[in-house]
Amino acid sequence: MSHMDQYQQHHPGQYNQVCTAHSSAGTEPCWPGQRTRSPRRKWQLFPGRNRFYCDGRLMMARQAGVFYLTLGLILLTTGLFFTFDCPFLASNLSPAIPAVGGVLFVFVMGMLFRASFTDPGVLPRATPDEAADLERQIESSGCSRPPPRTREVLINGQTVKLKYCFTCKIFRPPRASHCSLCDNCVERFDHHCPWVGNCVGRRNYRFFYLFIVSLSFLTVFILAFVITHLIIRSNRTGFLSALKDSPARYPFTLAVCFFSVWSIVGLSGFHTYLISSNQTTNEDIKGSWSTKRGKENSNPYSYGNIQTNCCAALCGPLPPRSVTQLTPAGPNTVHVLAFDPLRFGFTLQLCKRTKDLYVTKLRPAVITHVSCVSRQELPYSTGEALRQFGLPLAV
Amino acid sequence: MRAAAIGKTFTMAETHSLQDLQQPAVSSKVFVQRDYSSGTISKFQTKFPSELESRLDKQQFEETIQTLNNLYAEAEKLGAESYLEGCLACLTAYTIFLCMETHYEKVLKKIARYIKDQNEKIYAPRGLLLTDPIERGLRVVEITIFEDRSIGSGR
Repeated sequence: MSHMDQYQQHHPGQYNQVCTAHSSAGTEPCWPGQRTRSPRRKWQLFPGRNRFYCDGRLMMARQAGVFYLTLGLILLTTGLFFTFDCPFLASNLSPAIPAVGGVLFVFVMGMLFRASFTDPGVLPRATPDEAADLERQIESSGCSRPPPRTREVLINGQTVKLKYCFTCKIFRPPRASHCSLCDNCVERFDHHCPWVGNCVGRRNYRFFYLFIVSLSFLTVFILAFVITHLIIRSNRTGFLSALKDSPARYPFTLAVCFFSVWSIVGLSGFHTYLISSNQTTNEDIKGSWSTKRGKENSNPYSYGNIQTNCCAALCGPLPPRSVTQLTPAGPNTVHVLAFDPLRFGFTLQLCKRTKDLYVTKLRPAVITHVSCVSRQELPYSTGEALRQFGLPLAV
Repeated sequence: MRAAAIGKTFTMAETHSLQDLQQPAVSSKVFVQRDYSSGTISKFQTKFPSELESRLDKQQFEETIQTLNNLYAEAEKLGAESYLEGCLACLTAYTIFLCMETHYEKVLKKIARYIKDQNEKIYAPRGLLLTDPIERGLRVVEITIFEDRSIGSGR
Protein backbone atom coordinates (compact mmCIF):
# COMPACT_ATOMS: atom_id res chain seq x y z
CA MET A 1 0.00 0.00 0.00
CA SER A 2 3.05 2.24 -0.08
CA HIS A 3 2.30 3.80 -3.43
CA MET A 4 -1.09 4.77 -2.12
CA ASP A 5 0.43 6.33 0.95
CA GLN A 6 2.72 8.37 -1.26
CA TYR A 7 -0.21 9.40 -3.37
CA GLN A 8 -2.11 10.41 -0.28
CA GLN A 9 0.76 12.57 0.86
CA HIS A 10 0.68 14.55 -2.35
CA HIS A 11 -3.06 14.98 -2.25
CA PRO A 12 -3.95 14.99 1.41
CA GLY A 13 -7.55 14.69 2.41
CA GLN A 14 -8.78 14.22 -1.11
CA TYR A 15 -8.79 10.53 -1.35
CA ASN A 16 -9.87 7.90 1.04
CA GLN A 17 -7.88 4.86 1.76
CA VAL A 18 -8.52 1.71 -0.14
CA CYS A 19 -9.29 -1.12 2.20
CA THR A 20 -8.76 -4.35 0.48
CA ALA A 21 -9.37 -7.64 2.14
CA HIS A 22 -5.88 -8.74 2.92
CA SER A 23 -5.55 -11.72 5.12
CA SER A 24 -2.09 -12.39 6.42
CA ALA A 25 -2.90 -16.05 6.81
CA GLY A 26 -1.68 -16.46 3.31
CA THR A 27 -4.72 -18.11 1.85
CA GLU A 28 -6.13 -15.00 0.23
CA PRO A 29 -7.86 -15.54 -3.09
CA CYS A 30 -6.15 -13.57 -5.78
CA TRP A 31 -8.08 -14.00 -8.97
CA PRO A 32 -11.71 -14.54 -9.57
CA GLY A 33 -12.53 -17.95 -10.82
CA GLN A 34 -10.01 -19.62 -8.56
CA ARG A 35 -11.19 -22.17 -6.07
CA THR A 36 -11.55 -19.85 -3.13
CA ARG A 37 -13.83 -19.34 -0.20
CA SER A 38 -15.76 -16.12 0.04
CA PRO A 39 -13.75 -14.24 2.69
CA ARG A 40 -16.55 -12.62 4.57
CA ARG A 41 -15.34 -13.80 7.97
CA LYS A 42 -13.55 -11.39 10.25
CA TRP A 43 -10.72 -13.80 10.94
CA GLN A 44 -9.84 -13.84 7.28
CA LEU A 45 -9.26 -10.11 7.42
CA PHE A 46 -7.21 -10.44 10.57
CA PRO A 47 -4.07 -8.35 10.39
CA GLY A 48 -2.02 -10.13 13.04
CA ARG A 49 0.41 -12.99 12.60
CA ASN A 50 -1.81 -15.88 13.60
CA ARG A 51 -3.01 -19.07 12.05
CA PHE A 52 -6.65 -20.03 12.05
CA TYR A 53 -8.18 -23.47 11.81
CA CYS A 54 -11.72 -24.81 11.62
CA ASP A 55 -13.20 -21.69 10.07
CA GLY A 56 -11.77 -19.35 12.67
CA ARG A 57 -12.70 -21.33 15.74
CA LEU A 58 -9.12 -22.29 16.59
CA MET A 59 -6.35 -19.73 16.78
CA MET A 60 -2.60 -20.18 17.19
CA ALA A 61 0.62 -18.29 16.77
CA ARG A 62 2.46 -18.59 13.50
CA GLN A 63 5.49 -20.48 14.83
CA ALA A 64 4.07 -23.75 16.08
CA GLY A 65 7.19 -25.92 15.97
CA VAL A 66 7.77 -26.07 19.69
CA PHE A 67 4.11 -26.88 20.27
CA TYR A 68 4.52 -30.07 18.24
CA LEU A 69 7.58 -30.88 20.34
CA THR A 70 5.53 -30.48 23.52
CA LEU A 71 2.81 -32.67 22.06
CA GLY A 72 5.31 -35.27 20.95
CA LEU A 73 7.07 -35.45 24.30
CA ILE A 74 3.84 -35.82 26.24
CA LEU A 75 2.43 -38.45 23.88
CA LEU A 76 5.65 -40.42 23.73
CA THR A 77 6.30 -40.46 27.46
CA THR A 78 2.72 -41.34 28.32
CA GLY A 79 2.59 -43.87 25.52
CA LEU A 80 5.68 -45.64 26.79
CA PHE A 81 4.28 -45.57 30.31
CA PHE A 82 1.00 -47.16 29.29
CA THR A 83 2.62 -49.74 27.06
CA PHE A 84 5.36 -50.99 29.32
CA ASP A 85 4.57 -50.11 32.90
CA CYS A 86 0.82 -50.20 33.19
CA PRO A 87 0.23 -53.90 32.48
CA PHE A 88 2.68 -54.82 35.21
CA LEU A 89 1.41 -52.25 37.67
CA ALA A 90 -2.24 -53.03 37.00
CA SER A 91 -1.77 -56.68 37.68
CA ASN A 92 0.67 -56.39 40.55
CA LEU A 93 -0.47 -53.31 42.38
CA SER A 94 -3.83 -51.96 41.37
CA PRO A 95 -5.84 -51.32 38.20
CA ALA A 96 -6.56 -47.86 39.53
CA ILE A 97 -3.09 -46.77 38.49
CA PRO A 98 -3.64 -46.82 34.72
CA ALA A 99 -7.12 -45.40 35.29
CA VAL A 100 -5.83 -42.40 37.21
CA GLY A 101 -3.03 -42.03 34.70
CA GLY A 102 -5.54 -42.08 31.89
CA VAL A 103 -7.71 -39.41 33.45
CA LEU A 104 -4.68 -37.21 34.11
CA PHE A 105 -3.48 -37.66 30.54
CA VAL A 106 -6.86 -36.74 29.05
CA PHE A 107 -7.05 -33.67 31.27
CA VAL A 108 -3.53 -32.59 30.32
CA MET A 109 -4.24 -32.92 26.61
CA GLY A 110 -7.55 -31.13 26.95
CA MET A 111 -5.98 -28.20 28.75
CA LEU A 112 -3.08 -28.08 26.30
CA PHE A 113 -5.42 -27.83 23.34
CA ARG A 114 -7.55 -25.23 25.01
CA ALA A 115 -4.51 -23.15 25.93
CA SER A 116 -3.09 -23.48 22.44
CA PHE A 117 -6.18 -22.90 20.38
CA THR A 118 -8.09 -20.34 22.39
CA ASP A 119 -7.95 -16.70 21.43
CA PRO A 120 -5.92 -15.21 24.31
CA GLY A 121 -7.92 -11.99 24.30
CA VAL A 122 -6.61 -10.22 21.22
CA LEU A 123 -7.69 -6.62 20.92
CA PRO A 124 -8.95 -5.73 17.48
CA ARG A 125 -7.03 -2.95 15.81
CA ALA A 126 -8.57 0.46 15.53
CA THR A 127 -10.78 1.16 12.55
CA PRO A 128 -9.44 3.97 10.33
CA ASP A 129 -12.02 6.40 11.75
CA GLU A 130 -11.09 5.56 15.29
CA ALA A 131 -7.38 5.89 14.57
CA ALA A 132 -7.93 9.28 12.93
CA ASP A 133 -10.00 10.45 15.88
CA LEU A 134 -7.27 9.42 18.32
CA GLU A 135 -4.62 11.14 16.23
CA ARG A 136 -6.63 14.33 16.33
CA GLN A 137 -6.95 14.09 20.09
CA ILE A 138 -3.24 13.46 20.51
CA GLU A 139 -2.28 16.34 18.23
CA SER A 140 -4.59 18.75 19.96
CA SER A 141 -3.56 17.80 23.47
CA GLY A 142 0.09 18.71 23.66
CA CYS A 143 2.03 21.67 22.34
CA SER A 144 5.36 19.90 22.50
CA ARG A 145 6.53 18.16 19.38
CA PRO A 146 6.25 15.18 19.18
CA PRO A 147 3.08 15.08 21.28
CA PRO A 148 3.11 12.63 24.18
CA ARG A 149 1.46 9.36 23.47
CA THR A 150 0.57 8.26 26.96
CA ARG A 151 -2.49 8.63 29.09
CA GLU A 152 -2.55 8.42 32.84
CA VAL A 153 -5.32 6.75 34.76
CA LEU A 154 -5.87 6.52 38.47
CA ILE A 155 -6.83 3.00 39.43
CA ASN A 156 -7.46 2.26 43.09
CA GLY A 157 -5.04 4.95 44.11
CA GLN A 158 -2.26 3.90 41.74
CA THR A 159 -1.28 5.93 38.72
CA VAL A 160 -1.17 3.67 35.69
CA LYS A 161 0.24 4.83 32.37
CA LEU A 162 -1.58 3.74 29.24
CA LYS A 163 0.73 3.54 26.28
CA TYR A 164 -0.17 4.09 22.65
CA CYS A 165 0.39 1.11 20.38
CA PHE A 166 1.68 2.23 16.98
CA THR A 167 0.78 -1.03 15.30
CA CYS A 168 -2.76 -1.35 16.54
CA LYS A 169 -3.31 2.42 16.74
CA ILE A 170 -5.00 2.29 20.11
CA PHE A 171 -4.22 3.24 23.65
CA ARG A 172 -3.61 -0.08 25.32
CA PRO A 173 -5.94 -0.87 28.21
CA PRO A 174 -4.23 -1.47 31.54
CA ARG A 175 -2.46 -4.83 31.71
CA ALA A 176 -2.57 -5.24 27.96
CA SER A 177 0.64 -5.61 26.01
CA HIS A 178 1.67 -6.01 22.42
CA CYS A 179 3.12 -9.37 21.50
CA SER A 180 5.79 -8.88 18.86
CA LEU A 181 5.67 -12.51 17.80
CA CYS A 182 1.96 -12.54 17.08
CA ASP A 183 1.80 -8.82 16.25
CA ASN A 184 -1.31 -8.31 18.38
CA CYS A 185 -2.23 -6.43 21.49
CA VAL A 186 -3.43 -8.96 24.04
CA GLU A 187 -5.53 -8.21 27.09
CA ARG A 188 -3.99 -9.06 30.44
CA PHE A 189 -0.90 -10.22 28.60
CA ASP A 190 1.04 -12.79 30.58
CA HIS A 191 3.68 -14.03 28.16
CA HIS A 192 4.05 -15.70 24.79
CA CYS A 193 4.54 -19.38 25.41
CA PRO A 194 6.30 -21.22 22.56
CA TRP A 195 5.61 -24.59 24.21
CA VAL A 196 1.92 -23.96 23.89
CA GLY A 197 2.27 -22.16 20.58
CA ASN A 198 0.19 -19.16 21.59
CA CYS A 199 0.13 -16.06 23.72
CA VAL A 200 -1.15 -16.50 27.26
CA GLY A 201 -3.62 -13.76 28.04
CA ARG A 202 -6.92 -13.06 29.67
CA ARG A 203 -8.95 -15.73 27.95
CA ASN A 204 -6.60 -18.69 28.15
CA TYR A 205 -4.59 -18.08 31.30
CA ARG A 206 -6.62 -20.51 33.36
CA PHE A 207 -6.18 -23.24 30.73
CA PHE A 208 -2.45 -22.62 30.69
CA TYR A 209 -2.28 -22.78 34.47
CA LEU A 210 -4.36 -25.95 34.65
CA PHE A 211 -2.20 -27.42 31.92
CA ILE A 212 1.06 -26.89 33.80
CA VAL A 213 -0.43 -28.02 37.09
CA SER A 214 -1.90 -31.19 35.66
CA LEU A 215 1.27 -31.82 33.67
CA SER A 216 3.30 -31.60 36.88
CA PHE A 217 1.00 -34.16 38.45
CA LEU A 218 1.26 -36.37 35.40
CA THR A 219 5.05 -36.16 35.27
CA VAL A 220 5.41 -36.89 38.97
CA PHE A 221 2.91 -39.71 38.62
CA ILE A 222 4.77 -41.30 35.72
CA LEU A 223 8.16 -40.83 37.33
CA ALA A 224 6.97 -42.33 40.60
CA PHE A 225 5.42 -45.38 39.02
CA VAL A 226 8.22 -46.06 36.58
CA ILE A 227 10.60 -46.08 39.51
CA THR A 228 8.18 -48.25 41.51
CA HIS A 229 8.00 -50.67 38.62
CA LEU A 230 11.77 -50.81 38.41
CA ILE A 231 12.13 -51.34 42.14
CA ILE A 232 9.56 -54.13 42.27
CA ARG A 233 11.19 -55.86 39.33
CA SER A 234 14.62 -55.45 40.86
CA ASN A 235 13.41 -57.01 44.08
CA ARG A 236 12.24 -60.03 42.20
CA THR A 237 14.79 -60.57 39.52
CA GLY A 238 17.67 -58.26 40.26
CA PHE A 239 18.35 -54.79 38.99
CA LEU A 240 20.16 -55.56 35.74
CA SER A 241 17.66 -58.08 34.45
CA ALA A 242 14.86 -55.67 35.30
CA LEU A 243 16.51 -53.11 33.10
CA LYS A 244 16.86 -55.60 30.30
CA ASP A 245 13.11 -55.75 29.70
CA SER A 246 13.02 -52.60 27.68
CA PRO A 247 16.35 -50.90 28.22
CA ALA A 248 16.08 -48.19 25.62
CA ARG A 249 13.19 -46.35 27.09
CA TYR A 250 14.48 -45.85 30.61
CA PRO A 251 17.01 -43.14 29.85
CA PHE A 252 14.44 -41.29 27.76
CA THR A 253 11.55 -41.54 30.19
CA LEU A 254 13.59 -40.85 33.26
CA ALA A 255 15.41 -37.93 31.69
CA VAL A 256 12.23 -36.33 30.39
CA CYS A 257 10.42 -36.82 33.67
CA PHE A 258 13.30 -35.65 35.77
CA PHE A 259 13.84 -32.40 33.88
CA SER A 260 10.10 -31.85 33.54
CA VAL A 261 9.53 -32.25 37.22
CA TRP A 262 12.03 -29.58 38.07
CA SER A 263 10.99 -27.10 35.40
CA ILE A 264 7.23 -27.66 35.26
CA VAL A 265 6.69 -28.00 38.97
CA GLY A 266 8.74 -24.87 39.42
CA LEU A 267 6.70 -23.06 36.80
CA SER A 268 3.45 -24.19 38.45
CA GLY A 269 4.69 -22.84 41.75
CA PHE A 270 5.61 -19.53 40.13
CA HIS A 271 2.24 -19.16 38.49
CA THR A 272 0.46 -20.11 41.70
CA TYR A 273 2.26 -17.20 43.32
CA LEU A 274 1.29 -14.92 40.44
CA ILE A 275 -2.35 -15.94 40.66
CA SER A 276 -2.53 -15.45 44.39
CA SER A 277 -1.14 -11.94 44.07
CA ASN A 278 -3.06 -11.20 40.86
CA GLN A 279 -0.05 -10.29 38.76
CA THR A 280 0.97 -11.24 35.27
CA THR A 281 4.39 -12.61 34.32
CA ASN A 282 4.92 -9.39 32.39
CA GLU A 283 4.27 -7.25 35.48
CA ASP A 284 6.35 -9.46 37.72
CA ILE A 285 9.35 -9.37 35.43
CA LYS A 286 9.15 -5.60 35.09
CA GLY A 287 8.60 -5.23 38.82
CA SER A 288 5.62 -2.96 38.17
CA TRP A 289 4.06 -3.44 41.58
CA SER A 290 7.05 -4.29 43.68
CA THR A 291 7.66 -2.24 46.78
CA LYS A 292 11.23 -1.69 45.65
CA ARG A 293 9.93 1.00 43.35
CA GLY A 294 8.42 2.98 46.13
CA LYS A 295 6.68 2.55 49.44
CA GLU A 296 3.35 3.55 47.98
CA ASN A 297 3.58 1.06 45.15
CA SER A 298 1.06 -1.74 45.34
CA ASN A 299 -0.95 -3.83 42.94
CA PRO A 300 -4.19 -2.01 42.15
CA TYR A 301 -5.79 -5.06 40.60
CA SER A 302 -5.42 -7.36 43.57
CA TYR A 303 -8.60 -8.09 45.48
CA GLY A 304 -6.78 -8.09 48.78
CA ASN A 305 -6.94 -11.74 49.75
CA ILE A 306 -5.58 -14.88 48.16
CA GLN A 307 -8.88 -16.74 47.84
CA THR A 308 -10.56 -14.02 45.82
CA ASN A 309 -7.53 -13.59 43.61
CA CYS A 310 -7.41 -17.32 42.88
CA CYS A 311 -11.12 -17.61 42.29
CA ALA A 312 -11.14 -14.59 40.03
CA ALA A 313 -8.30 -15.94 37.91
CA LEU A 314 -9.53 -19.50 37.64
CA CYS A 315 -13.28 -19.43 38.02
CA GLY A 316 -14.18 -15.92 36.97
CA PRO A 317 -16.38 -15.25 33.95
CA LEU A 318 -14.73 -15.89 30.60
CA PRO A 319 -15.11 -13.02 28.15
CA PRO A 320 -15.87 -13.92 24.55
CA ARG A 321 -13.63 -13.33 21.58
CA SER A 322 -13.65 -9.84 20.18
CA VAL A 323 -11.79 -10.33 16.99
CA THR A 324 -12.59 -13.66 15.54
CA GLN A 325 -16.35 -13.53 15.65
CA LEU A 326 -17.72 -15.94 13.15
CA THR A 327 -20.42 -13.62 11.94
CA PRO A 328 -19.71 -11.96 8.63
CA ALA A 329 -17.78 -8.73 8.92
CA GLY A 330 -20.55 -6.16 8.80
CA PRO A 331 -22.15 -4.54 5.82
CA ASN A 332 -19.58 -4.48 3.10
CA THR A 333 -18.91 -1.01 1.90
CA VAL A 334 -16.59 -0.67 -1.02
CA HIS A 335 -13.74 1.82 -1.32
CA VAL A 336 -13.29 2.86 -4.87
CA LEU A 337 -10.44 5.25 -5.25
CA ALA A 338 -10.38 7.59 -8.15
CA PHE A 339 -6.87 8.00 -9.25
CA ASP A 340 -4.71 8.21 -12.26
CA PRO A 341 -5.83 5.34 -14.43
CA LEU A 342 -2.53 5.17 -16.25
CA ARG A 343 -0.77 4.24 -13.08
CA PHE A 344 -3.47 2.89 -10.86
CA GLY A 345 -6.35 1.90 -13.03
CA PHE A 346 -8.28 -0.96 -11.63
CA THR A 347 -11.11 -3.15 -12.65
CA LEU A 348 -14.15 -4.47 -10.92
CA GLN A 349 -14.72 -8.06 -11.73
CA LEU A 350 -17.37 -10.45 -10.70
CA CYS A 351 -16.44 -13.94 -9.72
CA LYS A 352 -19.22 -16.04 -11.11
CA ARG A 353 -18.65 -18.87 -8.71
CA THR A 354 -18.53 -17.08 -5.38
CA LYS A 355 -20.48 -14.05 -6.53
CA ASP A 356 -17.95 -11.71 -5.02
CA LEU A 357 -16.86 -8.47 -6.55
CA TYR A 358 -13.12 -8.36 -6.94
CA VAL A 359 -10.78 -5.50 -7.49
CA THR A 360 -8.23 -6.70 -9.93
CA LYS A 361 -5.19 -5.22 -11.51
CA LEU A 362 -4.43 -2.78 -8.74
CA ARG A 363 -4.20 -5.29 -6.01
CA PRO A 364 -6.31 -8.34 -6.42
CA ALA A 365 -8.57 -8.65 -3.45
CA VAL A 366 -12.20 -8.80 -2.52
CA ILE A 367 -13.78 -5.43 -2.13
CA THR A 368 -14.73 -4.76 1.41
CA HIS A 369 -15.21 -1.01 1.43
CA VAL A 370 -16.38 1.57 -1.02
CA SER A 371 -16.10 5.18 -0.20
CA CYS A 372 -17.04 8.09 -2.33
CA VAL A 373 -14.47 10.64 -3.17
CA SER A 374 -16.61 13.00 -5.14
CA ARG A 375 -20.22 13.65 -5.75
CA GLN A 376 -20.22 12.78 -9.40
CA GLU A 377 -22.72 10.29 -10.52
CA LEU A 378 -21.79 6.67 -10.55
CA PRO A 379 -22.47 4.94 -13.81
CA TYR A 380 -25.89 3.41 -13.36
CA SER A 381 -24.78 -0.09 -14.22
CA THR A 382 -22.06 -0.18 -11.61
CA GLY A 383 -24.30 1.35 -9.00
CA GLU A 384 -26.91 -1.25 -9.76
CA ALA A 385 -24.34 -4.02 -9.57
CA LEU A 386 -23.10 -2.79 -6.23
CA ARG A 387 -26.60 -2.46 -4.90
CA GLN A 388 -27.44 -5.97 -5.90
CA PHE A 389 -24.61 -7.14 -3.73
CA GLY A 390 -25.97 -5.12 -0.88
CA LEU A 391 -22.90 -2.95 -0.91
CA PRO A 392 -23.84 0.52 0.22
CA LEU A 393 -21.71 3.49 -0.63
CA ALA A 394 -20.57 5.76 2.11
CA VAL A 395 -18.51 8.90 2.19
CA MET B 1 -27.25 -5.97 -14.76
CA ARG B 2 -24.31 -7.59 -13.19
CA ALA B 3 -22.69 -8.25 -16.48
CA ALA B 4 -22.27 -4.54 -17.04
CA ALA B 5 -19.91 -4.31 -14.10
CA ILE B 6 -17.69 -7.05 -15.37
CA GLY B 7 -14.50 -5.84 -16.91
CA LYS B 8 -15.43 -2.22 -16.47
CA THR B 9 -12.38 -0.09 -16.00
CA PHE B 10 -12.71 2.94 -13.81
CA THR B 11 -11.04 6.13 -14.80
CA MET B 12 -10.40 9.36 -13.02
CA ALA B 13 -13.76 10.80 -13.88
CA GLU B 14 -15.81 7.91 -12.75
CA THR B 15 -16.60 8.28 -9.16
CA HIS B 16 -19.48 7.63 -7.08
CA SER B 17 -22.57 8.94 -5.61
CA LEU B 18 -24.80 8.12 -2.77
CA GLN B 19 -28.01 9.64 -3.88
CA ASP B 20 -28.58 6.87 -6.34
CA LEU B 21 -28.49 4.25 -3.66
CA GLN B 22 -30.34 6.24 -1.04
CA GLN B 23 -27.86 5.68 1.72
CA PRO B 24 -27.45 8.28 4.45
CA ALA B 25 -24.08 9.97 4.41
CA VAL B 26 -21.87 9.60 7.42
CA SER B 27 -20.94 13.02 8.65
CA SER B 28 -18.66 12.02 11.50
CA LYS B 29 -18.10 9.46 14.23
CA VAL B 30 -17.81 9.96 17.94
CA PHE B 31 -15.88 7.51 20.08
CA VAL B 32 -16.80 7.10 23.72
CA GLN B 33 -13.70 5.75 25.40
CA ARG B 34 -13.32 3.34 28.28
CA ASP B 35 -13.26 4.48 31.85
CA TYR B 36 -10.43 2.64 33.61
CA SER B 37 -10.72 4.35 36.96
CA SER B 38 -12.23 1.22 38.54
CA GLY B 39 -9.69 -1.14 37.08
CA THR B 40 -9.94 -3.39 34.07
CA ILE B 41 -13.71 -3.95 34.26
CA SER B 42 -15.67 -2.91 31.19
CA LYS B 43 -16.95 0.57 31.83
CA PHE B 44 -17.41 3.51 29.48
CA GLN B 45 -17.04 7.21 30.17
CA THR B 46 -20.30 9.00 30.72
CA LYS B 47 -18.91 12.37 29.68
CA PHE B 48 -21.22 13.85 27.05
CA PRO B 49 -19.37 14.42 23.74
CA SER B 50 -19.72 17.94 22.39
CA GLU B 51 -20.47 16.77 18.85
CA LEU B 52 -23.77 15.30 19.97
CA GLU B 53 -25.01 18.45 21.66
CA SER B 54 -27.22 19.42 18.78
CA ARG B 55 -28.77 16.00 18.40
CA LEU B 56 -29.21 14.38 21.75
CA ASP B 57 -30.10 15.11 25.36
CA LYS B 58 -27.35 14.76 27.88
CA GLN B 59 -29.56 12.66 30.15
CA GLN B 60 -30.46 10.20 27.44
CA PHE B 61 -26.87 9.68 26.52
CA GLU B 62 -25.81 9.23 30.13
CA GLU B 63 -28.66 6.84 30.73
CA THR B 64 -27.67 4.71 27.75
CA ILE B 65 -24.04 4.55 28.78
CA GLN B 66 -24.86 3.92 32.43
CA THR B 67 -27.18 1.05 31.50
CA LEU B 68 -24.47 -0.43 29.32
CA ASN B 69 -21.99 -0.12 32.17
CA ASN B 70 -24.39 -1.86 34.52
CA LEU B 71 -24.96 -4.67 32.04
CA TYR B 72 -21.24 -5.21 31.57
CA ALA B 73 -20.76 -5.18 35.34
CA GLU B 74 -23.41 -7.89 35.56
CA ALA B 75 -21.59 -9.94 32.94
CA GLU B 76 -18.26 -9.69 34.70
CA LYS B 77 -19.54 -9.99 38.23
CA LEU B 78 -17.58 -12.30 40.51
CA GLY B 79 -20.02 -14.16 42.64
CA ALA B 80 -21.28 -17.56 43.59
CA GLU B 81 -22.93 -18.04 40.21
CA SER B 82 -19.80 -17.38 38.20
CA TYR B 83 -17.66 -19.49 40.50
CA LEU B 84 -20.10 -22.36 40.21
CA GLU B 85 -20.09 -22.07 36.45
CA GLY B 86 -16.30 -21.99 36.42
CA CYS B 87 -15.89 -25.02 38.64
CA LEU B 88 -18.49 -27.02 36.77
CA ALA B 89 -16.81 -26.16 33.51
CA CYS B 90 -13.41 -27.20 34.84
CA LEU B 91 -14.75 -30.51 36.09
CA THR B 92 -16.25 -31.31 32.71
CA ALA B 93 -12.99 -30.22 31.01
CA TYR B 94 -14.87 -27.24 29.54
CA THR B 95 -16.94 -29.50 27.32
CA ILE B 96 -20.08 -28.23 28.99
CA PHE B 97 -19.85 -25.08 26.88
CA LEU B 98 -20.66 -27.13 23.82
CA CYS B 99 -24.22 -27.40 25.08
CA MET B 100 -24.76 -24.28 27.10
CA GLU B 101 -23.56 -20.74 26.72
CA THR B 102 -21.68 -18.85 29.37
CA HIS B 103 -23.28 -16.22 31.59
CA TYR B 104 -21.17 -13.58 29.83
CA GLU B 105 -22.54 -14.59 26.43
CA LYS B 106 -26.10 -14.43 27.73
CA VAL B 107 -25.55 -10.90 29.00
CA LEU B 108 -23.89 -9.91 25.72
CA LYS B 109 -27.05 -10.97 23.90
CA LYS B 110 -29.04 -8.84 26.31
CA ILE B 111 -26.74 -5.93 25.55
CA ALA B 112 -27.14 -6.44 21.82
CA ARG B 113 -30.92 -6.35 22.21
CA TYR B 114 -30.70 -3.23 24.35
CA ILE B 115 -28.54 -1.43 21.80
CA LYS B 116 -30.88 -2.40 18.98
CA ASP B 117 -33.79 -1.14 21.02
CA GLN B 118 -32.05 2.15 21.81
CA ASN B 119 -31.11 2.61 18.17
CA GLU B 120 -34.67 2.12 17.04
CA LYS B 121 -36.32 4.28 19.66
CA ILE B 122 -33.90 7.09 20.38
CA TYR B 123 -30.88 7.22 18.13
CA ALA B 124 -32.12 6.47 14.65
CA PRO B 125 -34.85 9.15 14.71
CA ARG B 126 -32.08 11.65 15.47
CA GLY B 127 -29.80 10.42 12.70
CA LEU B 128 -27.41 8.58 15.02
CA LEU B 129 -26.28 4.99 15.26
CA LEU B 130 -24.79 3.14 18.18
CA THR B 131 -22.33 0.38 17.37
CA ASP B 132 -22.18 -2.53 19.77
CA PRO B 133 -18.84 -2.18 21.63
CA ILE B 134 -18.12 -5.90 21.24
CA GLU B 135 -17.50 -5.22 17.56
CA ARG B 136 -14.64 -2.97 18.61
CA GLY B 137 -13.24 -5.30 21.26
CA LEU B 138 -15.02 -3.47 24.10
CA ARG B 139 -12.70 -0.53 23.55
CA VAL B 140 -15.09 2.18 22.43
CA VAL B 141 -18.75 2.91 21.92
CA GLU B 142 -18.85 4.19 18.37
CA ILE B 143 -21.63 6.63 17.60
CA THR B 144 -22.06 7.39 13.91
CA ILE B 145 -23.56 10.77 13.08
CA PHE B 146 -25.40 10.85 9.79
CA GLU B 147 -25.90 13.94 7.74
CA ASP B 148 -29.15 15.64 8.45
CA ARG B 149 -30.61 15.31 4.96
CA SER B 150 -33.21 12.69 4.25
CA ILE B 151 -34.32 10.41 7.00
CA GLY B 152 -32.13 7.35 7.00
CA SER B 153 -32.78 4.36 9.12
CA GLY B 154 -29.87 3.46 11.30
CA ARG B 155 -29.68 -0.12 10.15
